[in-house]
Amino acid sequence: MSRFVTAARIVLATLREIFDEAAYERFLRRTQTASSPGAYAAFRREFDEAKTRRPKCC
Amino acid sequence: MGSGFDTMLDGTSLTDMNKTASICAWLAVGLLGAAAVGVIAVRRGEPINALWLVVAATCCYALGYRFYSKFIATKILALDALRATPAERLENGRDFLVTNKWVVFGHHFAAIAGPGPLVGPVLAAQFGYLPGTMWVLAGAVFAGCVQDFVILLFSVRRDGKSLTEMAKEEIGRVGGFVAYTAVIAILVILLGVAALIVVNALKDSPWGTFTIAMTIPIALLMGLYLRRIRPGKVLEVSVLGFILVLGAIFGGQWASQNPAMAHAFTLQGSTLAKLIIIYGFAASALPVWLLLAPRDYLSTFVKLGTIALLGIGIVVLHPTLHMPALTRFVDGTGPVFAGKIFPFAFITIACGAISGFHSLISSGTTPKLIARETETRMVGYGAMMAESAVAVMAIIAACVLQPGVYFAINSPAGVVGQTAATATATISSWGFPVTAGDMQALAHAVGEQTLFNRTGGAPAFAVGMAHIFSQSLGGAAVMALWYHFAVMFEALFILTILDAGTRVARFMIQDALGHIYKPLGRTSWYPSILATSALVVGAWGFFLWQGVKDPLGGINSLWPLFGIANQLLATVALCVATTIITKMHRTRYAAVTLVPLAWLVAVTFTASWHKIFDRNPRVGFLAQARALAAGPATNATARLIFNNRLDAAVTAVLVVMVALVLIESVRQWIAVLNGTGEVRVKEAPFVMTRLAEERP
Repeated sequence: MSRFVTAARIVLATLREIFDEAAYERFLRRTQTASSPGAYAAFRREFDEAKTRRPKCC
Repeated sequence: MGSGFDTMLDGTSLTDMNKTASICAWLAVGLLGAAAVGVIAVRRGEPINALWLVVAATCCYALGYRFYSKFIATKILALDALRATPAERLENGRDFLVTNKWVVFGHHFAAIAGPGPLVGPVLAAQFGYLPGTMWVLAGAVFAGCVQDFVILLFSVRRDGKSLTEMAKEEIGRVGGFVAYTAVIAILVILLGVAALIVVNALKDSPWGTFTIAMTIPIALLMGLYLRRIRPGKVLEVSVLGFILVLGAIFGGQWASQNPAMAHAFTLQGSTLAKLIIIYGFAASALPVWLLLAPRDYLSTFVKLGTIALLGIGIVVLHPTLHMPALTRFVDGTGPVFAGKIFPFAFITIACGAISGFHSLISSGTTPKLIARETETRMVGYGAMMAESAVAVMAIIAACVLQPGVYFAINSPAGVVGQTAATATATISSWGFPVTAGDMQALAHAVGEQTLFNRTGGAPAFAVGMAHIFSQSLGGAAVMALWYHFAVMFEALFILTILDAGTRVARFMIQDALGHIYKPLGRTSWYPSILATSALVVGAWGFFLWQGVKDPLGGINSLWPLFGIANQLLATVALCVATTIITKMHRTRYAAVTLVPLAWLVAVTFTASWHKIFDRNPRVGFLAQARALAAGPATNATARLIFNNRLDAAVTAVLVVMVALVLIESVRQWIAVLNGTGEVRVKEAPFVMTRLAEERP
């Protein structure tokens, strides 16, 4: 059972990383702000500049 | 769980299994794999079950990972778990971040898995299931996985440097320049051919066109939801977006049955091409958060779910393959694309066996997330195995179709004839019986007016996937829904690559132009954004338009060009890897990268030679131009002649670049071996990890 829970946690963590939720959380921690439309806009400004430069494979 | 899995694969530290049992277990895996490969290779004249491919692939991957990747890890790379990675040393909470290895694996796989491993194997199925399967398995284990693994490790040891930077440092300025040019060339050709695949899947299909058109407002809604209502809740909004997309599939069915809507959404290839070009330009210039980012999330969500679903579906339903092991088209006369197995099967299937593009991901985000050097083996080698498994699924999806149906969908009208009667007569005369009635019934079952002349691989894959799922999940009654789900899945993530790729190419060009005139390099300066977006969209739009107007269907010319460009980048990556291995004084093991490199050079050079000089007009660009010039002149003749000559010139430039980087690399190797060249390995200095104490 504990293995199943661990596996589920890892899958969820992977999805949160792939879908940038983890990156947003780190941004909030780093800038010590609460989640809000303004904070998310600031996160996207910082994040998109780097993310859209990364190629995705064919 | 993770370490348990690793130790099981490593087979060395299991406490409850002694050495003899381990040897017996791996012998059993080897024998099972040999038996499965034997059945695939030897069985002739009767259909085989798809499970043989699954078993062969599973055993090959297990053996490759356990033995070959471990050999590379210990004997050549000497992975050091005590050496701090850039994620630890340079951790900044943004790019550099110590991350769980399974999370990195998922992230890396999501970045490398695109339409390539689905489309290439479907096209190469014209040779039969055997050549594609063998190349995907051998190519992945001995070339693709090795490239991804070694480039990832070398990037980790160089603070996450990109392939272009490593090529410049290790091979010289020529290497850096070729890598940069190859990336731009691949992006432009890839985007052109990807857009063509979407056009061919959606032309004269009101259902498909409506569904895909709806994904744009859905993405905009998701963007606004994320920005204004629930900031940062990406998984939540992706689920909502997915539900809306499912609604759009049902909406497409309604649209196709409503005369006014069906008329509005029944578009010809040229109209769709113009709309996609306009979309590409708008997506490149619009704010990322509004369209590009939510589309990317939606596409990734659908992609991961569908790949998992397809994998489960194939194992559970284990369909029968109707395509023979080898078809008569191994002689180079294939209707899907012209050319013999060697070299064309090996440039048609790139992603799934070896893809140069992966080296950009392996030297991009991933090396900055790796916590320990030892994890590069699982992430680099392992994720490529997963991508190769996707390619095996694509081969199965294409080969479950009756061969006559497969060729009717994938053959251009210029080869099999303009009408259903001539097309079916031509295909039947090849020994693959199919009737106009069969095709009409199939088109009706999947909710299309026709399935003839739908080149590009995506529709054939969609029909195959619908065929597999309709065997149990909903039966024939929902085949149309499965087909349009598959088309939506492919078109959605191809269009996502289109807008993301356009933006990446725009940034690269802006960076280069910034050296000439500084404001052009500013990514926020609108005149520069518009000019470079127009340049990039114009470049891939040219190839798209060329493909749409090509009487041979476009894929015949453009997919090999893309394959050559992609393998060129793999050549650069393997040159970099061999150079570093030589400088590390591991020359006696250099064959690990040198053999795949030699193979790729042989493939790329031979394919380029054929594409430029072959006397067959269906193969050689110049022969096609000559044939057009000698034939009856039409309004399009001059343009078609120009296109063929341009394609020949592009191929020639690509092959000259391969030659240049190869010559530079060989000079480096000789200098190092003779002791006259610089042998300093340009790695970051060793720093002891702190994680070893924290995570024993």
